[in-house]
Formats: sequence, C-alpha cells, structure tokens
Amino acid sequence: MSETSIGKIVKVAGPVVVAENMVGARMYDVVRVGKEHLIGEIVELHGTRASIQVYEDTVGVGPGEDVVNTGAPLSVELGPGLISSIYDGIQRPLDQLTELQGDYIQRGSEVPGLKRDTKWHFKPTIENGTKVSHGDIIGEVQESTLMLHKIMVPFGVSGTVEGLKEGDYTVEEIIGNVTGDNKSKTELKLMQKWPVRSPRSFKNRLAPHEVLVTGQRVIDTFFPISKGGTACVPGPFGTGKTVVQHQLAKWVDADVVVYVGCGERGNEMTDVLKEFPELLDPHSGEPLMKRVVMFANTSDMPVAAREASVYTGITIAEYFRDMGYSVAIMADSTSRWAEAMREISTRLEEMPAEEGYPAYLGARIASFYERAGRVICQGSPDREGALSIIGAVSPPGGDLSDSVVQATLHVVKVFWSLQGRLAQQRHFPAIDWLTSYSFYKQYLPGCFKDAQQGEEMATMSQEAMNLLEQEAALIEIVRLVGSESISAKDRLALQAAKSIREDYLHQNAFHKIDTFTSVEKQFEMLKAILYFYKQALTAIDNGMETDQLFAMEAWDDIARASYVDEENIAEIAAIRDKIDEQIKAASIA
Amino acid sequence: MLKEYKTVTEIYGPLMLVEGVEDAKYGHIVDIEIADGSIRHGQILQVENDKVLVQIFEGTEGINVNKSTVRFLGKPMELALSPDILGRVFNGIGIPNDNGPDIIAKKKMNINGSPINPYARDFPNEFIQTGISTIDGLNPLVRGQKLPIFSGAGLPHDDIAAQLARQATVLGKGEAFAVVFAAMGITFEAAQFFINDLTETGAIERAVMFINLANDPAIERIATPRMALTAAEYLAFEEDMHVLVVLNDMTNYCEALREISAARKEVPGRRGYPGYLYTDLATLYERAGRIKGKKGSITMVPVLTMPEDDKTHPVPDLTGYITEGQIIMSRPLHRKAVSPPVDVLPSLSRLKDKGIGEGKTREDHADMYNQLYAAYARGKEAQELATILGEAALSAEDQKYMSFANEFEAKYISQGYYENRTVEQTLDLGWQLLSVFEDNELKRIDEELIAKYMPKFRK
Ligand SMILES: Nc1ncnc2c1ncn2[C@@H]1O[C@H](COP(=O)(O)OP(=O)(O)OP(=O)(O)O)[C@@H](O)[C@H]1O
Ligand SMILES: [Mg+2]
Repeated sequence: MSETSIGKIVKVAGPVVVAENMVGARMYDVVRVGKEHLIGEIVELHGTRASIQVYEDTVGVGPGEDVVNTGAPLSVELGPGLISSIYDGIQRPLDQLTELQGDYIQRGSEVPGLKRDTKWHFKPTIENGTKVSHGDIIGEVQESTLMLHKIMVPFGVSGTVEGLKEGDYTVEEIIGNVTGDNKSKTELKLMQKWPVRSPRSFKNRLAPHEVLVTGQRVIDTFFPISKGGTACVPGPFGTGKTVVQHQLAKWVDADVVVYVGCGERGNEMTDVLKEFPELLDPHSGEPLMKRVVMFANTSDMPVAAREASVYTGITIAEYFRDMGYSVAIMADSTSRWAEAMREISTRLEEMPAEEGYPAYLGARIASFYERAGRVICQGSPDREGALSIIGAVSPPGGDLSDSVVQATLHVVKVFWSLQGRLAQQRHFPAIDWLTSYSFYKQYLPGCFKDAQQGEEMATMSQEAMNLLEQEAALIEIVRLVGSESISAKDRLALQAAKSIREDYLHQNAFHKIDTFTSVEKQFEMLKAILYFYKQALTAIDNGMETDQLFAMEAWDDIARASYVDEENIAEIAAIRDKIDEQIKAASIA
Repeated sequence: MLKEYKTVTEIYGPLMLVEGVEDAKYGHIVDIEIADGSIRHGQILQVENDKVLVQIFEGTEGINVNKSTVRFLGKPMELALSPDILGRVFNGIGIPNDNGPDIIAKKKMNINGSPINPYARDFPNEFIQTGISTIDGLNPLVRGQKLPIFSGAGLPHDDIAAQLARQATVLGKGEAFAVVFAAMGITFEAAQFFINDLTETGAIERAVMFINLANDPAIERIATPRMALTAAEYLAFEEDMHVLVVLNDMTNYCEALREISAARKEVPGRRGYPGYLYTDLATLYERAGRIKGKKGSITMVPVLTMPEDDKTHPVPDLTGYITEGQIIMSRPLHRKAVSPPVDVLPSLSRLKDKGIGEGKTREDHADMYNQLYAAYARGKEAQELATILGEAALSAEDQKYMSFANEFEAKYISQGYYENRTVEQTLDLGWQLLSVFEDNELKRIDEELIAKYMPKFRK
C-alpha cells in the first residue's frame, strides 16, 4: 500500500491542478485537493510532481494548499441500491446531493454511491462449506420487481464459504466469510468496489448471435444491433440522437439499462426522471425505472467528472453483465466526453493531434467500445452475459469527417446516420436508410419464434431496401423528365418506396402506440406494403392503370397500420385480403 | 488586509502577468490601479507558484508594467443584488451607468453561478404567449426554455427580441414578470432602441440592463452575460419572478473568448475558437430553467448573428447543441419585406409539445402546426419550382399550394412588430388560411377537429 502523503499545490489552471511532493502517488489515485477537499484524480506523474484533474469547480484554489492522496483509484460501489438511482459522473447520488447542498451543485460533498441505511433481504444460493472463487454467485437480493440482484464473490477472493445466512443486511454488514487456503479470512458484504478505468474480467468472449430488439422499425428491420454489440448515432444538432437514445432506453429487451447523460442538457434528464417512472416495460408491465441506472453529468457540471462518467457508467453495466444479464448502455454524447478529454489534455499541455484532441483519443474510444460484448461470466454457475453500447456522437456542423466520428466508426459495428435534411422534413427517426449499416443483419431471423417467419422477414427487409435504392435512382430521372415519362412499374416502385418511408420507416416517438413496434407487428406492416407492391405489379401486367392502383383505399389502411394496437395485429394481416378484394374489384370494373 | 503588488512583469493582449504573489487563488478578482490613478478590473486565469496570469476586462491599453498596482481582492467576481436592480442600467461588469445610486446589497452572488442539480430541476411546461404567430403557433416557447434567435448581419433580430420582451406573458396569470437584457458589443443605436422601446411601454420598470456597447472593452463581454444571469437567478429564485433573459449578441461574446484564448496561445479549435467553447456556452445557457419548489423561472432568448448566414459556424452550431431549439431569421423573407422574417421550416422549439393542447392553449394546436408546416413546406417547393420553370408550368395542385404559401407568408408570418396576437387568434388564422383546402386534404388534422373548427372559416 502506498503511504498517504501530503503534497502541495503549485499550479491551478481551470480543472487541472499540479501538486509537488506527492510521494508514493500512483497514476489514477484519487486525491483530495485544497482546503475544501475537492475530489480529484492523478492523470500525470513526473517523479513526485502530479497533475490532477479535479471533479469539482476549482475557483478559490491556489498554490500552497494541501493535496492528500487517498491511495485508491477512482472506484464505484457495486451492490443493491444501484437500480433507479441517478448519479453524477463520479457516482454521487444527485437526490442526496440536493438534500445536502440544495438546488445547486456545491463543492466538497462526499456521498457514497450506495445508501448505507437500507436493509436488503439476502438469500444465499449456496451451502456453507462450499469452495468458491471470484465471480461465483453466493446469493440473491430482490432489488426491484424487475431486478434479482446476484451477489458475487469479489475479485481476488477464494476459499471456503462460512457463516452465510439468510437475513436483512445493509450493504456494509457482513453476510458471511471466505476462508482461504492460507487460513486468511475475507468478510463478504452485499457491496463490492471496482476501479472504473479497468474492465471487469470474464471467462470468455463470444461472438454476438442475437438481436437486441428495440421496437424501432428502421433499426430492427434494417440496421439491428446485437446483444453485446456496439452502435453509434452521429448527427448534427436537433436530428434526434437523444430521442433515439431515449427510445432505446425505454424499449430495448435488455434486463438492465444504464443511461449516461454526458455533457448534455439538464432539462433532458428531468424529462427522463419524470417520464420513466410512468412508462411500463412492454415485456413485464413494470415501471421502466425499475431496470434503469442513470448518470447525469450535464454540460454545465465539471468537465473532469464528465470525463469519468462514461467509465463509471460502463463499470456498473459490466457488473450487471457479470450476473448473467443482458445490459445496454447509452452514452449521450460521446463527443462531450471526448471534448472533456481534450480540455484536460490542453491543460496538461500535451501535444495535440487533430482538432486539438489528444493523440490517445482513438485508443480511448476503442477501449471504451471494447468493453461491450457477449461473454461467459466469471465464476459458477455457468452463465452468459451481454453488454451492448450505443453512443451518440455530435460532430461540429454535422461533419462526419470529425475525429470522434471517425475514431468511433473504426470500432463500432452499427452506424445509424442521422441526417439534417430528414429531420428538417420531420422524417423521424432521421436515420438515413442509404448510408447507415449494421454488421448484425444476419441475426434478424432469430428475433422470431417462428423460424420460417424470421427467414421471410429477412427476405422482405432486403426487398424493401432494394425498393428504396431503386427510388433513389429513379428520383433523379423524375426530376429531369417528370414522372409521366417513366414506366408504370417504375411509378409503382416509387409509390411502394414512398409507403415504406412514410408508413414504415417514419415512427413517431411521442405517439402512445407508434413509439414501440414488436417484431411481429413489424413483419405484418412490411408484408402489407410488399404484398400490395407485388399484387399491383401483376395487375399492371394485366393492363391496370397505376392511377387506379394508387387510389385504392388499402393504402390508407397501410398508413394507419402503425397506430394499430399490438393486440390487434390481425387487423394488419387482414389488409392483404382487402388488397386482393380491391384489385379484383378494379379489374372487373 | 488586501495584498498589493507592483510586480507586473508582462502585458500581452488582454492579459497581464504578476510575479512574486502570495496566496493568489484561481478565479479570484483583482483591481489594477494604473498610472493615471484609474482602476481596471481583472480575473485570475491561472496561478503557478508565485506567478499569476490575469485577464483585464477593460483591456490593457495604457497600462504600464512599472507603474501599476495590483490588488488581490480574495474573492470571485460578485454582483450586489436587491429588488432595487429593477429599472436600472449597468455597464458590462455590473457598475451602474445610469447616474443612479449604487445598489445596497441584500445579497451578493458569485457571477459564475453553480450548475443546477439535474435532480432539482422542474420540467418546463407552461406556455408563454409571445403574441408572435410563428412562435406561438408553430414553435411555442415554454417557461424555463432556452430558445435562441439565429440571425445574420442586417436582419431585424433586435426588433423581434424587443417584441418578445414587450409582449411575453403567461396566459391567465398575473404573476411577477421581469426582463433582463444583456447587450454585448451591440451598437449604441441598437441598445437605445431597446431602452426606448421598454421605456415607452413602461416595461423598463421591471427590466434590468447590462450594457456593453460595440466601442466598450471587448473582454468585458465575458462578464456581461454572467452578470445578467446572476441578476436573473436572484429575481427568479429569491424574488419569485418569471424572468426573460435576452442575451444579444452571443457571437460578440464568443469573439471575446477567442481573443483571450489566442492571447494564451491555446490550441485553437474550429475557426480559432477555443476547444472549451461548448462547455463555456453551456455554463451560460444551462442557467435557464425551473427549480422544483420555486415559484420563479428563467427563460432565455440568446440572439446571435451567424457569420455569412452559416448555420454550421461554431457559434450557432454549438449553441444549437445546447439550446432547446432555434428560431431562424431568413434573408430572402426579409427581402420580401416579411416581418418578422422567421424561417419557419428550419426553426424548431423542441419543447413545443410540453406547453400546448387542451387546458394549456387549445386542443387543435398540435395538429394545426403539423398541418401548417406540411402545407407550407409543400407550397415552398412549389414557389421554388415556379421561380425556375415559371408559374404556368405548375400543376393546378402545385399552384394551390404556392398561393397558400404566399398567403401564409403575408398574413401568418408577416404580422409586424407591434401586433400582439392571442394564441386563439393565431390558431384561428391557421384555420382561415387552411380553408382553401378540402377537408380530405388536411391529413394531419383529426377529422373531429376539422368538423368542429373549420365550418366557421369556410365561405
Ligand atoms: N422519433 C421521433 N419522433 C418525433 N419527433 C422526433 C423524433 N426524433 C426527434 N424528434 C424531434 O426532433 C427534436 C430533436 O431531437 P433530439 O433532441 O433527439 O436531437 P439531438 O440530435 O439529440 O440534438 P442535440 O445534438 O442538440 O442534442 C425533438 O425535440 C423532437 O421534436
Ligand atoms: Mg441530444
């Protein structure tokens, strides 16, 4: 263990403080800075001279003041009490901070991440006398109606379990012991700690093989993300990055959602806090908040804590993954995280690379996304966990050549490109269907219980995309020569593509029903459009006019399909019969 | 008690280096007495050992290295506050410049403010009637929102900002209302226009002004919006008032920030603006909002001019990334003498849905703006087509939409700066304009609403 030594401040420049005489200090040790004991972290060491990024406002701090090293790296507290919490970037609960400090964030408050006085009912799942090692599940706490919290043996502990007993415990009370081979005894508690900058370990990494269903049609049908996969959502301001992230947080079929509001708006966090407790999870019918952990380090809060928030969030996400759950983390926005890195780097007077970002920007982004994945968890019983990452990116002027976008595209497997043009036309989600991509498309069929239906969906997805591509090519021609001069079949293709765009891809996040669409409903909606297209093709071959076809009422039914309740999907399937009838009626007349 | 130093060693740009200083603290302020006995004000940007880097708000012109005395005041910059600030005019660093007395402080507040704990925020959802149709009808503003005006050189953003300040009210409530106006680098004429406008309507009684003109020191502009927001926080959260803050012009503020950054030889970001511009702007804009359990609120309308009308310029771009929408002024509409020339299609209030509908404005509000937006978008396409191909080449359908767009611009958008419309008038005007279409063409409006409202407007 390092000595806790006391250093002296020699320099203060915004969020960075330099201290000398930091004997025994290690990189990433947490320190207390100045008279107000501001929380900071060592980010550079030259001998005993340490550069420190401070998580709180440094106004009023000056040379000569003390810096005390805690000797421990920045860590999070892991255990029951995480679910439904809202934290700042260094896991201080914001609700408790308001009680302590009032409406504004003040300095020097230390509040633990997990409540100390709450009693949790713990049930052992193994017998005393069992040999355990780290990662083994020893018991459970029903943390919320949606979260069965697994208590695991902490890292570095192995031996024989003793004294484990069902009962009500706080996170600090001893629930049992582990006696090691050398007779060393370790106390077990509901809480453990983990340094945020180190990924939590697992046994094996597996390739993703299953889609993380989001209920968002353009995503699930065309650009799906997998359980354990990575996605990014870049776009200019106002194109819907936050709405996409919120939609995913609400509707993904994950067991746990970690939402990191990183350098964004205060009002958006309030929106989530107000809305999530009122919304019900479509899978369980329970309030959504019961599976969510939130971080809100808004744009006006200290940048160093913003830099940390992404790590704090992902560590907690990994912890739930290690229990064998499917976890999804959303970070809005990773650009603000990168900017925080840039600001700290500037103050450290590091040599900048492109756009002033530090040379290690790409490496940091890559290692963040590398913490995603589908894994065989550490310990017994055998279990599989998955962690998916969805990061928003906010490039200056929407320019995709931006360093953060480029570094992100190197590592993520799904790209949802938001277009200012689509947003201005109020086509939401403004995901560009021609430039976005997903490397997980082959897993789409697996979303369906019925394998055959899954295969059909994959085929339809391809057919629909072909129509959209055909449209893009045809539109150029129509612009030059007018729609009268293209063939009837091409006109029909345009009509079908328009229907795919307006009635299928377009999805209103704020409509009670439209906000979420199950894959079964997606199947019927898309099938109706493509069925119409195919029947109409045959009708044209039989001499029917396109005007007649375009005037049919069935199109209105297709347009309304997105508002049909999940219970009444059969109504959407029935549109196909109407199409048959209407075409038949028209051909008789 | 106050420590004085005569050890200025370097002066460059707006910065000054003082050496041999003991106990200086980051972010604290200093007074500098220069050779002629006058006082300048500064703030500490960096302290290293005994070397202190200070930014001088009034600029360094005329400062001598040998003959200046620097006093370290041992505190951050503060503003003296009491309800008496209402009706007063201050300079850009909060010193009264209306010949009135100094403010006897009921409270002194650090002008840098503190971040509002996100948990303590209350969501903005109360409709503010501005009397301007393009805002009330299409881009409703709510209490606690930050909604900037993106303008360009020579466009009438001052007029619309003044109209907002004059007309904004919350329906059916006689609550205490105040306007805080911060001028940064605007012309004397523009500032005088505001002052006169507010004086004529009597609104000056409930207004506070912080004025830094184009010929005032540029670095002062860094303090000006902070002064204004501190006054606003005081009025809103200590005196229970609903405060509208107008910050005009944020582009000038950002230029001052760029000047400091350049003098410090920091690695520049886009177009020479510092890499921390986003964070800096956010610490200003995020001071808008509502707080749970507090009666007052801060609604913010920053005004900025886009260099070359370029929306991707760092100032509008980063502003758009922080605010909750934007109102954009259009040069083509201005040329057509449409006033205020609000560019409806790219303008957006992101909180629009929170403050409207039955019980707040009227049940037809949401459908109405969707329909007007769609019809105008279509009409505008037709307008553009007509300028290329000539009107005769348009289909009958396109002609109908084009004449709708023309009418919409002339009647709905162009209302002048002194017409104050109620939200009902704005909504009714929408129905009237839409009455040129058949019911079944109004696809965005619920059939029941059409049946209820439209008959009145059909001839
Ligand atoms: N799926 C959707 N359905 C309906 N409206 C949407 C949808 N997505 C976005 N919008 C509209 O677009 C606005 C902007 O969306 P959002 O706040 O997500 O943008 P953003 O990309 O996060 O912007 P910023 O970068 O400034 O944070 C929303 O307020 C809403 O009006
Ligand atoms: Mg956003």
